[in-house]
Amino acid sequence: MGILEVKGVGKRFGGLQALGDVNLSVEQNTVHAIIGPNGAGKSTLLNCLVGKLIPDTGSVMFDGQSVLGRKPFEINQMGISRVFQTPEIFGDLTVLENVLIPCFARKNGSFKMNGIQSVGSNKDMIEKAMTMLEDVNMADKKGMIASSMSRGDKRRLEMAMCLVQEPKLLLLDEPTAGMARADTNNTIDLLKEIKEKRDITMAIIEHDMHVVFSLADRITVLAQGTPLVEDTPENIKGHPKVREAYLGEAH
Amino acid sequence: MFGLEKKDTSLLVIVAILALFAPFILNPFPTESGLAQFNAGYPDLMQRFVIFGIFAIGFNILFGLTGYLSFGHAAFLGVGSYSVVWMYKLLDYNILPGLVLAVITAGIFALLIGFVSLRRSGIYFSILTLAFAQMSFNLAYSVLTPITNGETGLQVYNNDKQILMSAGDPTSPHLFGIVMNKSANLSIAGWDFTFNNGYYFCAVILLIVFYLSIRIFRSPFGMMLRAVKTNQTRMNYTGLNSRPYTLAAFVISGMYAGLAGGLMAAMDPLAGAERMQWTASGEVVLMTILGGVGTLLGPVLGAGFIKYFENIFSKINDNVLHGWFSFLPDGLENLLVGIIHPFVGKGWHLTLGLLFMLVVIFLPGGLMEGGQRIRERFGKKKGGGGGKDAEHHPKEAPHVAE
Repeated sequence: MGILEVKGVGKRFGGLQALGDVNLSVEQNTVHAIIGPNGAGKSTLLNCLVGKLIPDTGSVMFDGQSVLGRKPFEINQMGISRVFQTPEIFGDLTVLENVLIPCFARKNGSFKMNGIQSVGSNKDMIEKAMTMLEDVNMADKKGMIASSMSRGDKRRLEMAMCLVQEPKLLLLDEPTAGMARADTNNTIDLLKEIKEKRDITMAIIEHDMHVVFSLADRITVLAQGTPLVEDTPENIKGHPKVREAYLGEAH
Repeated sequence: MFGLEKKDTSLLVIVAILALFAPFILNPFPTESGLAQFNAGYPDLMQRFVIFGIFAIGFNILFGLTGYLSFGHAAFLGVGSYSVVWMYKLLDYNILPGLVLAVITAGIFALLIGFVSLRRSGIYFSILTLAFAQMSFNLAYSVLTPITNGETGLQVYNNDKQILMSAGDPTSPHLFGIVMNKSANLSIAGWDFTFNNGYYFCAVILLIVFYLSIRIFRSPFGMMLRAVKTNQTRMNYTGLNSRPYTLAAFVISGMYAGLAGGLMAAMDPLAGAERMQWTASGEVVLMTILGGVGTLLGPVLGAGFIKYFENIFSKINDNVLHGWFSFLPDGLENLLVGIIHPFVGKGWHLTLGLLFMLVVIFLPGGLMEGGQRIRERFGKKKGGGGGKDAEHHPKEAPHVAE
């Protein structure tokens, strides 16, 4: 029994069957990659997991509870944090505040009216956020306005914001999309570092196969809305069906 | 002090000192001099500075922190005024029950209007609030005449019950016997200073709500409100529900507006529907932007600036202009008066509009940004004495945790 169990999920947009019959199980403390060519339904699947879309059929169970019909913030409170394709951070706020907000979200839940005590008096929260920033080598940037940083640093910050919540499952949506080779390698290194340092379960949605080979424990290949194969990276590499899906040898 | 950082404490202390000595500061010219008409140190105007300052501080909690631009806050102002006058009519002229009721009713109104309006964001939110405010205005103006007394405005009549009223009580608004429209006067060598009870009462309230606003700005709650403004997507995926945060900010700013409206009626026991009109809602938007959106002191400065213009520039008529330029030859005098004429007196809106445009184009951060720039230019020379607006500028990188 994995921490995330996707069973028979289907989603249709008008005449387009975006997801057919997706079955997927993400085991605890593993890195599970979901790859596939453009239009395979990767993003639709991800949006079904985080509450942005509700699938037409099937079930999504996380940690023994259904996530269907819950709002994104409720699903986050269940323990799923998400990294976006383009880093979503609080651009006008400082780096430290960016990390403090998820800390407070974990401590206080989805809403708390604490308008009188100052942020600075929450020493434990600040300590936690600073430890996290040190972990991703950003402690020296704590006072910077987040939007003024480089894209690589924004990605790093977003990762820190998710990790500081100690999620049971970290979802990554094409973390290297549109990046230069060097940035891609940096991101892969960062993810590897995170994997080594912590007991963490990750699900990575990725277009580029090469990104996930060195990282993933399991890979699911998605094509035209249905999973083709699920296996270890070694076995996926030479799999004829995967080649077919990516290179279109059938035609 | 009071749980504030050093910088915020000194800001509060400076505002307190300015408020205490405002009757002197705003009366820099001797009463008989030609410049006396630029004096703003008379009770009526000083009260208005402070009341609109409170209104703008509250508005800034919503607009400055969350970025939700409401065009309907005048509705809460009106609700506050009506509440206070009703308390006069039912109980007596003590302003305290009225002010408490004003804050509560404005809060309830804000909760209802906010609950509906906050289902949308951006321009749609603004339009919804505007629609609610116009509905409130029209209700007050015609439909709800038994409660609001329609276009005549609500006031106290001789046949009102006033059940707490006893023989010796003051017959104008007072706080436990301290009559609001009473003043003490001081004349020193040509200068006349007025110390008005009502003004000082409002000033004390201003300091309290200013203090609360600092606390909100520096709190985790305030940080969440700024997060709403910056990135709601990230907020939702961080496990935070943005709706109650925005609603709380809306209600708080509505209560500030109700308090301001209540104080208006506490200074002058009248309440009229025109207080709810959309121009009044627009005015507080201008004040906040002019002073500096999202800054602590900016809205107060903006409020003071606009009220000063409204009351001082509008009084400069052609006679006054002729008086100023009488030393010039007739032709030149008439020419100058002709040039200046459209900008003063009834044309004060024109000057204000031009200034507003200049500020928005060249100082997007409002007067506070202007103060900051001046400080940056002269700061080192003056050794940190660069004036109040500059020195305690809260808009720099929101420092929370140093």
